[in-house]
Amino acid sequence: MADHTVKSFDEALEHLRNTLLRLGGIVENSLAEAVAALAKRDADLAAQIVQRDSEVDALCRSAEDQAVKLIALRQPVASDLRLVVGAIRVAVDLERVGDYASNIAKRTIVLAQLPALIGVGPIQRMGRIVQEMLKDTLDAFSTHDVEKAHSVWVRDEQVDEAYNAVFRNLLTYMMEDPRNITPCTHMLFIAKNIERIGDHITNVSETIRFIEIGEQVVQDRPKRDDSAFAIVEPPAGV
Amino acid sequence: MENKIPSLQAPFSTPASVVVPNEPPSIVARNVNVWYGEKHAIKDVSIDIYRRQVTAFIGPSGCGKSTFLRVLNRLNDIIEGCRVTGKITLDGDDIYDPRIDVVQLRARVGMVFQKPNPFPKSIYENIAYGPRIHGLTRTKKELDQLVERSLRRAALWDEVKDRLNEAGTALSGGQQQRLCIARAIAVSPDVILMDEPCSALDPIATAKIEELMDELRREYTIIIVTHSMQQAARVSQRTAFFHLGDLVEVGSTEQIFTRPQDKRTQDYITGRFG
Repeated sequence: MADHTVKSFDEALEHLRNTLLRLGGIVENSLAEAVAALAKRDADLAAQIVQRDSEVDALCRSAEDQAVKLIALRQPVASDLRLVVGAIRVAVDLERVGDYASNIAKRTIVLAQLPALIGVGPIQRMGRIVQEMLKDTLDAFSTHDVEKAHSVWVRDEQVDEAYNAVFRNLLTYMMEDPRNITPCTHMLFIAKNIERIGDHITNVSETIRFIEIGEQVVQDRPKRDDSAFAIVEPPAGV
Repeated sequence: MENKIPSLQAPFSTPASVVVPNEPPSIVARNVNVWYGEKHAIKDVSIDIYRRQVTAFIGPSGCGKSTFLRVLNRLNDIIEGCRVTGKITLDGDDIYDPRIDVVQLRARVGMVFQKPNPFPKSIYENIAYGPRIHGLTRTKKELDQLVERSLRRAALWDEVKDRLNEAGTALSGGQQQRLCIARAIAVSPDVILMDEPCSALDPIATAKIEELMDELRREYTIIIVTHSMQQAARVSQRTAFFHLGDLVEVGSTEQIFTRPQDKRTQDYITGRFG
């Protein structure tokens, strides 16, 4: 796009975009490390992720402040307005992704102290899908690529399906042996956090479409999370 | 824009189409061209202007927006070397028909200029002049009522009712501009053209004129030429963007200011014109 006649306007918009990309980069790292720490039962790595959360919050606030200032001082319109309004939404969604990564890390610290009875493979696989989605979303944002953003939007269904599988799988462990309940509950929350991360990333992909072409997504997104309707009967004789 | 617009069908909304009122347009312009001597100032412009709406013409200096505005009440007739082709109708009447009375046309299509230009007469006479020459009233009482009604509609009555015999030029700039609007209203026009009506006014006087435009659009077709994009966004329902004599894009004001379809519109309203 051509430059603004007023250079400082361009600089302010660029700075806002860069703030979001930095925020996205940190959150991307936190998510990758949270999943890795879970797999390796690495409490030290997990602790670092938790500490990083304040940095994420600060960047989110910075993006919001920049957006408010741009609206007040520049009265942006059209694509500029959409970027500024979209930036507020993206910042909040990314900040939430950071919160969930931090929560995964906290639970990983607890899990690391418990015996490793239950494999985290299925959760790791969920994590990989979501990590890919986040990477593609940030790429789509930096390269103005609406198609790529749409490909993320479609993929959220896979996360929901993976979450359902993990949910059922963990329930069976809990029914087998009540001693599994503590680790399984933490793992269930971790899986839920990853599923929520997928939702926020999907929000960001919708916002990218709004920023680039000014259209909102009208169709309901593909949803496969039916765990809210699950009923489990304990095995006979328990 | 360098967007890759994807070819997705079902999941996403189509862009909101331009809201067009369910009635025939007040002004219909088709293939209008204007030349000032050799200079081609307006190039094949076609546009519909609707009643009970404010239509804003925006665009950089020299884009033709004021020229096009002046075509609508044949004010360009008095400019030497100016030639107009194409067809413009006002409620179905061809305004360039040789049989049409230009004085009558200008009563139907009133105009307010950038700089307030009251007659060097009393406030009362400024308003009464038009109705008197057009023979709109029979008695002094009727004329008094018309003057009061016009000043009330222009939101000026309360400020001037006790000094109607003072000179119009003694009023403040904003009051003078409202006096000019009252003067235009007094001859019961269908259309009011405004050429940068607020560019010589302070923010308060500007706000009063904008408020007045919102009132007036209930009864009149209003067209405003403005350099202030914020003003166009605030006061108009439809916006037309002109560039180098072309009508680049016309649409609902909301659409033009949130998702313009043409790159030139986008570049202009976002301040990227290079």
